Amino acid sequence: MVGLDTPVTPARARAVRSYRRGPRRGSSLVYHLVLVAICAAFALPFVIMLTTALKTPDQIFSTPPRLLPTAPTLENFDIAVESMPLGRYLVNTVFLVVANVTGTLLSCPLVAYSLTKIPWRGRNPLLFVVLSTMMLPPQVTMIPVYKLWNDLGAVGTFWPLVVPPFLGTAFFIFLLRQFFAGVPDELVEAARIDGASEFRIYAQIVLPLARPALATVAIFQFMWTWTDFMLPLLYLQDPDKYTLSIGLYAFFGQHGVDWGPLMAACLMFTLPAIAIFMVAQKYFVSGISVTGLK
Amino acid sequence: MFTLGPIAASAYYSFTDFNIFQPPTWVGLENYTALFGDDRFRTALWNTAYLTVLGVPLGLLLGLLTAMALNFPVRGQPIYRAVLYLPAIVPVVTATYVWRWLLNAQYGMINRLLELLHLPQPDWIGDPAWTKPAVLLISFWGIGTTTIIYLAALKEVPAHLYEAAEVDGANAWQRFRHVTWPLITPVTLFQLIVGIINSLQVFTQPYLLAQQRLNQASGGPENSLLTYSLYLFQNAFVHLKMGYAAAMAWILFLITVVLTALVLATSKRWVHYGSR
Repeated sequence: MVGLDTPVTPARARAVRSYRRGPRRGSSLVYHLVLVAICAAFALPFVIMLTTALKTPDQIFSTPPRLLPTAPTLENFDIAVESMPLGRYLVNTVFLVVANVTGTLLSCPLVAYSLTKIPWRGRNPLLFVVLSTMMLPPQVTMIPVYKLWNDLGAVGTFWPLVVPPFLGTAFFIFLLRQFFAGVPDELVEAARIDGASEFRIYAQIVLPLARPALATVAIFQFMWTWTDFMLPLLYLQDPDKYTLSIGLYAFFGQHGVDWGPLMAACLMFTLPAIAIFMVAQKYFVSGISVTGLK
Repeated sequence: MFTLGPIAASAYYSFTDFNIFQPPTWVGLENYTALFGDDRFRTALWNTAYLTVLGVPLGLLLGLLTAMALNFPVRGQPIYRAVLYLPAIVPVVTATYVWRWLLNAQYGMINRLLELLHLPQPDWIGDPAWTKPAVLLISFWGIGTTTIIYLAALKEVPAHLYEAAEVDGANAWQRFRHVTWPLITPVTLFQLIVGIINSLQVFTQPYLLAQQRLNQASGGPENSLLTYSLYLFQNAFVHLKMGYAAAMAWILFLITVVLTALVLATSKRWVHYGSR
């Protein structure tokens, strides 16, 4: 390795100068070509989703398949909207998203705060429990929780999907704990000496500082609820209560290979997620790099 | 608290015969011993092992390669990054259906491309040998999260280390092997563990790929898509063998813990923690 005491030979100095001049001419074009090729592969499914949604059935089932529709039509969107209550599904999904994001934002920062900034006995064991539940496959608790809701007569209602976030989610508690740990203790101590109540310290000092972390948590909860499949599949039986995920699933179950309307519906389902991503890109990236969450 | 109760209940159910309508009856270790003689359980284990052993390392490799491409010193990086990451936020139901269409043997675009390249065109969804590669393709499409994590790690590598290595005449591979790789091993370890945990639980993609009209929770052609979680779901919510399913869940937990411990044990040999 090169250390401070490495003699500077002329060859070395030349090499440093050539390195500092940056990438060689022409290599930048190669870089772009590689990146464009990769991006084309990742974008292909989006392109197919869009073009299929704009095709008539005989264009969809043409051999050999063609990439672009000869005469783009919005017919598939009409069929999709007519053959399933997409509006209803949308309302249900948005309702669950709002409820879950609210629940998460009420519960997780509170727990994370008490785990970080309030000294109390049993705090560390509790932290350990929270962390170890992150390791536990959700399948382990799925059955007893289902039985519990079944005993309460709540299977088929929104309750099993609404309540859990209000009770906290291990991943988010962990993420917020990491963030709160960075808030100086002196700040909290000073407020305590001034006679502020714990809740006031939490609400007026710590929470405002944690805004970026809260935004990250909110966006992840949004995405989880928006795209969730397994919980709605387990608990929602009445088509009136279907979310978009389950609605699409039911549509496929009934109509099978009706690819045009299916792709149109998929497209409408995906666009809001993409829009949120465009608006809040930096929170996605920071959230991922802090936790490696999906 | 909402978790500890169910954990205890789940452990108890795993020693019982339980169908949710009648109270559980104690059967001791019967569920666990029955699993050893269950052919479909073995199929599910095999399918999950296939997806994990192939999918996790290939996924990490693909994530690393795409991250290195995104780390090229060129303009327009945010746009490339967004395109690569977008599939990761597509709802899994959408992603699976789009790929079912792309992989359609007759009318799908993937087989059309393979035809143009004069490559064989498998029946992805119908041929038991190709259904699992189809699942892997879907998960590789959503690799963006891994890419972003690797990209963040690559950006942390101090530029002066590369300069020093280049001055010493290290070629690109040597720079990667001796500068980049040691510094990203901690991230790789983390992603490997998360990847294994997620892969052992994979459910939705195989469930939706195997979905037939009005046939819920099918295992796909010759049960080639019957993953561990899918079989657990079938047992619990189709056959209502809840005790059996609870036993499966605990074995899954055991497998997860053992694999994680194994990875951590070997990590001392290949993970470098810097003095930073």
